[in-house]
Amino acid sequence: MEYLIGIQGPDFVLVAADNVAASSIIQMKHDYDKMFKLSEKILLLCVGEAGDTVQFAEYIQKNVQLYKMRNGYELSPAAAANFTRKNLADYLRSRTPYHVNLLLAGYDDTDGPGLYYMDYLSSLAKAPFAAHGYGAYLTLSILDRYYRPDLSRDEAVDLLKKCAEELNKRFILNLPSFTVRLIDKEGIHDLEKLTLGAK
Amino acid sequence: MALEDVCSFKERPVQHKWFSFSSLGDAAIPFPKSDYYNLRLETSENNCGVPLHFFIPPLPHSSSFINRPLSSFCPPKNSMTVQRPFRLAHGTTTLGFIFQGGVIAAADTRASAGGLVACPAVHKITPIHSHLVVTSSGSGADCMLWERILIREIRLYQLRHGHRLSIRATAKLLSSMLHPFKGTEMCVALTLCGWDNGPKLIYVCSDGARLQGDVFSVGSGSPYAYGVLDRELRWSLSKGEAISLAREAVFRATHRDAYSGNNVDLFHITAQGWIVTVMRSVKTNLCAHEKKPRNL
Repeated sequence: MEYLIGIQGPDFVLVAADNVAASSIIQMKHDYDKMFKLSEKILLLCVGEAGDTVQFAEYIQKNVQLYKMRNGYELSPAAAANFTRKNLADYLRSRTPYHVNLLLAGYDDTDGPGLYYMDYLSSLAKAPFAAHGYGAYLTLSILDRYYRPDLSRDEAVDLLKKCAEELNKRFILNLPSFTVRLIDKEGIHDLEKLTLGAK
Repeated sequence: MALEDVCSFKERPVQHKWFSFSSLGDAAIPFPKSDYYNLRLETSENNCGVPLHFFIPPLPHSSSFINRPLSSFCPPKNSMTVQRPFRLAHGTTTLGFIFQGGVIAAADTRASAGGLVACPAVHKITPIHSHLVVTSSGSGADCMLWERILIREIRLYQLRHGHRLSIRATAKLLSSMLHPFKGTEMCVALTLCGWDNGPKLIYVCSDGARLQGDVFSVGSGSPYAYGVLDRELRWSLSKGEAISLAREAVFRATHRDAYSGNNVDLFHITAQGWIVTVMRSVKTNLCAHEKKPRNL
């Protein structure tokens, strides 16, 4: 139902998420933002079960902010990803596991850009590109085919558009628009919303 | 309820037969333990910060893979299963939308229990305070309880802080209060329709969803209502047009949905507060006070 995608370039990470908030067969909202800003250069994209997503993402968000307040400096993306994964793992075998799938994208001033894939079983993998949702089945092969580690920003956006077009063509559910953001050493930039017309 | 708290009146609840759901002490429920809201309510160690003496009967043992708090804690020997004589059903049509003249909240008035119309004249829209109403859908008893709790909490906040809590904060408070019950059979889907520095419409559900938007319809009749609303809803509607659109949408939904029907309640919320229109029957389109002789 929901779709997340991330593409890492040499000095940036491009992420996109669909904008639909659904309740069984009804689209309740068409402009829902699934990205949570953890810090100036880290974004958490979160999909999954209705209440779990917001609760978990806000919990991580506030804890990352708390770390910055306590220690005076921000968590790196790798540290934030591992912290998130640890929390998922801790709750996994409790009575209230969180059913959420996540992408964490960030830019570290020393290590550069990073994209981390996490799923509800608290697995963690650093990947050059990743996607979540049924749409991932359709688009991962496109990413495999056309991705290069030295993509420019425009090429990355084009690759994203290819994926969105494929979803528009072959995915049975209607995902009309996507929020797109780019993270680089200057921070998080909002790019133009990706909207696709009728097929 | 509010007066009780302000006077610190402590009533000893009957404990021996009932489990405090939150006495599942070490369950990793991500609920703030501290009295974060400074409500000065009794929050003991066992209480996980839920500011209520809220005790739930143990539910029948559930064998689902993901064990939510109650079902796994229920000792099988001592269980008090509560058998319902009828199937819980969630039949209703409620809707709310924002337009240039404020917020409209509309709902049908039928309470169904399985195939029976339990009550044809239920109020599904409840005022919380002068500038906020909430439309309810889901289990009738749960909704009534949570509306009452919300009224109490909002009133307490107002008494303690001297100003009304914003509607977004009200929604977040409600969502946090409902979160511990996620996974249980409680079913509450409320739409907060109100005015604070502008019209606000927020949908809160016991599943945990909390969405702010311009138009929401909730309940078994909601797809039908969306069909009518999406065609004709515009920001620039006049007040009369908006009211008749809301009635039309609920009427069409009651026509198609068996679990919605009887009359339509309609509230209009502006910067001056809420106004309720006369309950109108969908069938005969008459005002409640008009009477016509029956043709036999």
